[in-house]
Amino acid sequence: MTMIGMIAVIIYLVISPLIACLISGVDRVVTARMQGRKGPKLMQPWYDIVKLFAKEATSVNDMQKILVMAHCFFAIFSGAVFFAGGDILLVLFALTMAEVFLVLAAYSVNAAYSELGAQRELLQMMAYEPMTLLTAVGFYLSTGSFKVEDIIKTDIPLIIKMPGFFIGFCFILVIKMRKSPFDLATSHHAHQEVIKGLTGDLSGPVYGFSELAELYEEVLMLGIVGLFFVTSDPLSLAGAAAAIIIVMFCMSLTDNIFPRVKWEGMLKAAWIVTFFAGGANLVVLSLLNR
Amino acid sequence: MPVLAFLILFPFAIAFILFFLKKDSKGRSFVVISGGLAELAGSVLFAADNLMNHDMEMGTYYLKETHMTDMFIAALELCLMLLVIFLSVKYKKYYVILLSALGTLPVLYMDISGAAETTASHFKVDHLTLIMVLVVGVVGSLICIYAVGYIRDYHHHHTEFTDRSGYFLSLLFVFLGAMMGLISSDNLMWMYFFWEITSVCSFLLIGYSRTAEAVNNSFRALWMNLLGGCGFMAAIVFCIYVMEITNISQLLLFTTMPVLAIFPVAMLSFAALTKSAQMPFSRWLLGAMVAPTPTSALLHSATMVKAGVYLLLRLSPVMYETYVGTMVTAIGGFTFFAASLLAITVSDGKKVLAYSTISNLGLITAAAGCGMAEAVWAGIMLLIFHAVTKSMMFMSVGAYENSTGSRDVEDMHGMIVRYPKLAFVMTIGIFGMSVVPMGMCVAKWAALKAFIDTGNIYLILFLCFGSASTLFYWIKWLGKIFSVSKGSKRHEDTVHGSEWVAIYPLSAIAVILCLVYPFISRFSVTPYIQNAFSGSLNRLVSAATADSLLGSTDNIVAISTEDFVIMGVMLICMCILPLAMKYVNSVQERRVMSYMSGFNTGDDRSFYDSFGNERGQYLSNWYMNDIFGEKKILAACLMITAAFLVVMMGICTMGGLFL
Amino acid sequence: MRISKSPWLLHYDGSSCNGCDIEVLAATTPRFDVERFGIINTGNPRHADIFLCTGGVNSQNKDVVRQIYDQMPDPKVVLACGICACDGGIFKDCYNIMGGTDTVIPVDVYVPGCAVRPEALIDGVVKALKLLDEKAEKMKRGEYKSLTSAEYEAARRQDAAEEKNNA
Repeated sequence: MTMIGMIAVIIYLVISPLIACLISGVDRVVTARMQGRKGPKLMQPWYDIVKLFAKEATSVNDMQKILVMAHCFFAIFSGAVFFAGGDILLVLFALTMAEVFLVLAAYSVNAAYSELGAQRELLQMMAYEPMTLLTAVGFYLSTGSFKVEDIIKTDIPLIIKMPGFFIGFCFILVIKMRKSPFDLATSHHAHQEVIKGLTGDLSGPVYGFSELAELYEEVLMLGIVGLFFVTSDPLSLAGAAAAIIIVMFCMSLTDNIFPRVKWEGMLKAAWIVTFFAGGANLVVLSLLNR
Repeated sequence: MPVLAFLILFPFAIAFILFFLKKDSKGRSFVVISGGLAELAGSVLFAADNLMNHDMEMGTYYLKETHMTDMFIAALELCLMLLVIFLSVKYKKYYVILLSALGTLPVLYMDISGAAETTASHFKVDHLTLIMVLVVGVVGSLICIYAVGYIRDYHHHHTEFTDRSGYFLSLLFVFLGAMMGLISSDNLMWMYFFWEITSVCSFLLIGYSRTAEAVNNSFRALWMNLLGGCGFMAAIVFCIYVMEITNISQLLLFTTMPVLAIFPVAMLSFAALTKSAQMPFSRWLLGAMVAPTPTSALLHSATMVKAGVYLLLRLSPVMYETYVGTMVTAIGGFTFFAASLLAITVSDGKKVLAYSTISNLGLITAAAGCGMAEAVWAGIMLLIFHAVTKSMMFMSVGAYENSTGSRDVEDMHGMIVRYPKLAFVMTIGIFGMSVVPMGMCVAKWAALKAFIDTGNIYLILFLCFGSASTLFYWIKWLGKIFSVSKGSKRHEDTVHGSEWVAIYPLSAIAVILCLVYPFISRFSVTPYIQNAFSGSLNRLVSAATADSLLGSTDNIVAISTEDFVIMGVMLICMCILPLAMKYVNSVQERRVMSYMSGFNTGDDRSFYDSFGNERGQYLSNWYMNDIFGEKKILAACLMITAAFLVVMMGICTMGGLFL
Repeated sequence: MRISKSPWLLHYDGSSCNGCDIEVLAATTPRFDVERFGIINTGNPRHADIFLCTGGVNSQNKDVVRQIYDQMPDPKVVLACGICACDGGIFKDCYNIMGGTDTVIPVDVYVPGCAVRPEALIDGVVKALKLLDEKAEKMKRGEYKSLTSAEYEAARRQDAAEEKNNA
């Protein structure tokens, strides 16, 4: 691991929650403004998570807590590998494993809503996994390496070579960021049992851990978005940041205009977009590489 | 040579003894367990000895002059055919006779007429053989040991079947011996002989219970495998009469007129596809589930289906950028994807495992068809990990069925509290099959990388979509195991000591393999690939490509050291989870009921309905049968693959015969 | 940081005429926008800090109210919204109505009205937030643990018995 990688990891570990809170805070305010409301304070997500850790710890069984903590650990871990410049496939696999632990935590409580949420979450994973893997493949085809530290050494922004992957990735980002129309397992809106089933039986600090993991995950996903724009030129970081802001805005907009879909719709939509956008770009890239 | 002879003949000897020990007794158990352990020790010794003392560069050859043995084998082949004919007549499945005769008679003729006489050695041991010897020897023998306790319980629960357990155990050992013979044979005739033994053996094992369903399924397995056998036979006839060679290594290095090799390679691949239950031949493996579990474990993990992919991996170097290669990769890739979707829709534990086997074998097949060093590396790794993990999954499902009477995934609810030991093993197995620091996923990762490097776009897509669905069916199974009803009590399992003797070491191996696979790669997989590819690349492939392919053999290990270390860290973290659980729970917090809209009756198991009555809660997994259920897509998948296979075989035959 | 910066509430409709429920929803609309205070309407007692009850408690849902209340982690406050939730309202004498929310769980803030006005509701919630902070403060010092519904029930029985004795 290089020095820069080490520093990046430390920065990631320390300030990600704050950044992610800020980003989702802005998102919430923007959403509120789009609906003609004033909206919460900017750092509202931060207050939420601090509150969760201050609440009483209650649990349904012995397994719940450790599984959620494992989820949190592996989510942070995968982000750390990413920012250390590690292998992007490994990052995605580690992230999958993190998700698996959250699903197991929901399964472990043996309650209808939790189990429903768990299976919806699994279904979401099934819907977005092909695209995340394909994105990694795309990076490899355009730069010759899976390693983030090598990918960022590119001379031109990768978005030029991978527009299809970018579209596909943004599409499944809606699922990953838990925005409608694909927020089937857990949602940020005023919600009922079915939609928030996955975390329905987590409370207090345990729920806090799952929220914390989500913050780290958010930073990681936005980092991958940034990867499409970063080049060896340090100035490109600004461009990447701008791109991330635009992507986030588009997501808020999507969130506000689309009603929630059914899971069949989500699976079909995600796979079709993956197949066509990702597949077409894949064909073009491998033809270019010949 | 003596050790190899021991490895092949000893199981047959044990089988012979067991055939006469019809009654369950301490003596019989002793014979099976000691026999299995001896075979295991033999294979380990054989591998270690070969790796250390022999120059394995080109493989070790054994047994040149074999006229007498050839005659003996011809006689045995005739016996096999007669046995098949007898049983076909008995159960009125006459079409099987045709296939059996078609496959056996030409071979018999070649044996007797002396056309197949050769001075080349009949056995060849190289690194790939050693890997297979270890897989068959360790996993296969442990399954035989497991069978001792299992079959006792099986007949305890199924009193309606006649107890023929001696015969059953003896067949398992025959299987083991045949498999050892198959993987060490270099001579095609001998290989074919062992190949047919495994076909007939699996047929007999599947039909063990003699119910109508079992008989039907066993005949399905038989005709499909005999059909593959016919393909094998065609390849042999072509090799002997047209190419004038008798050995598979000669086929791989056939430089006089490379294009001739296409036909036999296509035919052998066809045989391998039937044996590894690739679509459209997948149905025999699903039917094989009616047999007692050790059969399934043996068929799925160490033997039978592995024979098919073993042959494909052997042939891999000559499949590079040929129509045969295209056929094999496309069928393999498609099978991987389709079978993983189908696995989502079934709830019978063994059926899920069956589909998962078909699916994973599809991946190995696809990797073999690429014909590239990296892909073969991934294929061999997949084979090793799959053998260990799958056998252990089968054994634990079998043990669970014997303990509870059901092997349905839905009935494994809360298993982690009810049967903690079995659940623990199953958890290792499922993690091993589906998430990353564990073996299968690492090998899949390598396969993905290989497919990208070969530029196989459709394989990349199949792999991405297929592994997403793979995750779904494994994790929902795991979820069931973790989903604990309040107040569940630990039950006593009826798992015998001999079963644990098999299950525990395999679980340990499954975990340890994840930490030591770089060494396996360095000492056996990589050398094999280097030899295999440097030997055969000089034909069909342009010099430049050959150089580039060989150049890549130095770094065929797709996973870098750094990634390996990171995965090691992840694995260790996973291993300390159970310990961390104790620590985390040392402060007991307030317990609350699970949330059921406030209607929980107090034990998380039932709720009050609108009449105020208690009603039990039943939670079921999703199977999505109306989206990709067996009824919806299976027929279509079989049809597509069958059509594709016919077309591709047509092209290869035309190309091979008339060019 | 004060816990009241992020009050999540759970809305439960006991047996109200839905008048109050509509007003509760109205409070989340642009005109009143309770999200200004960080309030989120959760669907689940495990995530909630404020239990907002509308309508009287009837004999069929009394256990539901108790269970939901018990599943909420401390610190928590209960808000009885509307006159029915306060003491039964016009349904008070119905055969199936037990009375207000406080017949089954301890109530911290009573917000009267028929139906309750969103402004009154927001007032009530803000009052509840102060209580929430106080409880959190006490909890930190280890001086506070909320009554479970069973304890509350026992206390009420005792009170009733004492009253009878006194009489």
